[in-house]
Amino acid sequence: MSVDDLNQVKTAEILLELSDISVAHDQTPIIEHIDLTLHRGEIVTVIGPNGAGKSTLIKTALGIIRPDQGRVKRLGSLSVGYVPQTVTLDSALPLKVLRFLRLSSNAGRDELIHALSQVGADGSLDASMHILSSGELRRVLLARALLKKPDILILDEPTAGVDITGQAALYHLIQQIRDQYQCGVLLVSHDLHIVMAATDRVFCLNRHLCCSGAPEQVREHPEYLAIFGPQAPAEIGIYRHHHDHDHDLHGDVCDYG
Amino acid sequence: MTCTEMFATMDEFLLRALIGGILVALVSAPLGCLVVWQRMAYFGSTLSHAALLGIALGLLLELDVRLTILLVSVLIALLLMVIQRFRTLSSDTILGILAHASLAFGLLALSMMPTLRVDLMAYLFGDILTINWQDIRWIAGGGILITVVLIKIWKPLLSTIIHADLAGVDGYNRERLQLVFLLLLSIAVAVSMQVVGLLLIVSLLIIPAATARMFSSSPEQMLGWAAAVGVLAVISGLGMSMTLDTPAGPSIVACGSVFFFLSLIGSSVGAFGTNSH
Repeated sequence: MSVDDLNQVKTAEILLELSDISVAHDQTPIIEHIDLTLHRGEIVTVIGPNGAGKSTLIKTALGIIRPDQGRVKRLGSLSVGYVPQTVTLDSALPLKVLRFLRLSSNAGRDELIHALSQVGADGSLDASMHILSSGELRRVLLARALLKKPDILILDEPTAGVDITGQAALYHLIQQIRDQYQCGVLLVSHDLHIVMAATDRVFCLNRHLCCSGAPEQVREHPEYLAIFGPQAPAEIGIYRHHHDHDHDLHGDVCDYG
Repeated sequence: MTCTEMFATMDEFLLRALIGGILVALVSAPLGCLVVWQRMAYFGSTLSHAALLGIALGLLLELDVRLTILLVSVLIALLLMVIQRFRTLSSDTILGILAHASLAFGLLALSMMPTLRVDLMAYLFGDILTINWQDIRWIAGGGILITVVLIKIWKPLLSTIIHADLAGVDGYNRERLQLVFLLLLSIAVAVSMQVVGLLLIVSLLIIPAATARMFSSSPEQMLGWAAAVGVLAVISGLGMSMTLDTPAGPSIVACGSVFFFLSLIGSSVGAFGTNSH
């Protein structure tokens, strides 16, 4: 990313702003004092281990969970596209992809077909939701989000269970979507080291934000290049953590020294 | 023989039973689908158990039992939602407690009445053949109310059933919709208990819906088939009751379950046929 691009991000409108967000469940804090902003055209990745509060953070950003403390400010009348990890449909409920997409969109058949082909799920329009593979289902969910012409796109673990080639393809797709819709993208991932190279900022979450920064290209790291080979996908980035503290088994902070 | 002639020769009580039964089958179809999709069959059973307490209260306070059944059902639904928030116990356990607690209190209340002026068996097993035009008006009124509200909340409710958070982002409140749905279910139980009785009421909700699943590829299609299967069960059940002199409520449920097993066999034969190609 050039300096010009960086300046552009800085001056772009703020779509979503979380300030000093804390959420507790039964008096147990899940996330604490989170500050996070998402600008138009920006991609933000939140990484963290299991139980770090990633889902809670996403649901708070979506407005599904009301924070116990702090404020979620969203630019008025924004269209939000949300891509959950999966949809577990009861097998007693017959549902085709077409009907599923129509639940949240008034788009015509052609528009639905276009959205599906955009995410590489061609020909699934008349398929039953029950026979989709998890990868296909995720693409259908992505198409559903695109049909809303999102200003904000929020993805929950989009690459979970996807191999590195699939990850690169998915990251490429998300980047394309960002370019086309000029939306802000917020995605979370449990992978602590491999992130989307086009991410503008990475936040490491473990109940609170531990560190943040920009990812580096795989190609700049000989040790990763050794793993991925010379064909290392350009979409894959590496994130180097620079924590000034550690967490014990309970997730509590224990300072160095 | 024309239709009017047929109705003229038909005993009026049978006509009333047929109309009442068909109305209940039509109302039960969408509610039954929603119960099956949400795996709430056990909640339906709890409501029907709780209805006994409603009947007892109605007899004690000399109110229309339909109103007191409705009251108790709504109370149970609210209680369930409140207790679910604590999340220490699964809703399965909570429903088990609510169902049998209300059953116990209902039996206690009934035992306190020195003389039972009403045939309790009629409530437990239903007596569709004693249904009168006033009862049918209740069923029709409740059915219209349920249908109108369901049409209004159909899409939001379906969305929250598929994925609560996705629907939440679209601005649909799952808890509120759930409460409205439970209210509709309570109304249905209250107005239709006379047709098949409290013990069998849940079967009229879930058997047609489960049978319809085999033939359906969309939610609305399943609803249509459920209505058709329900109506067919009522007609054949009443026919069976007339010809074999069997109790009407159980006959309806028995016919419905036969349709279900036939559809099971039919769909597995169909699956076998496509596999062998």
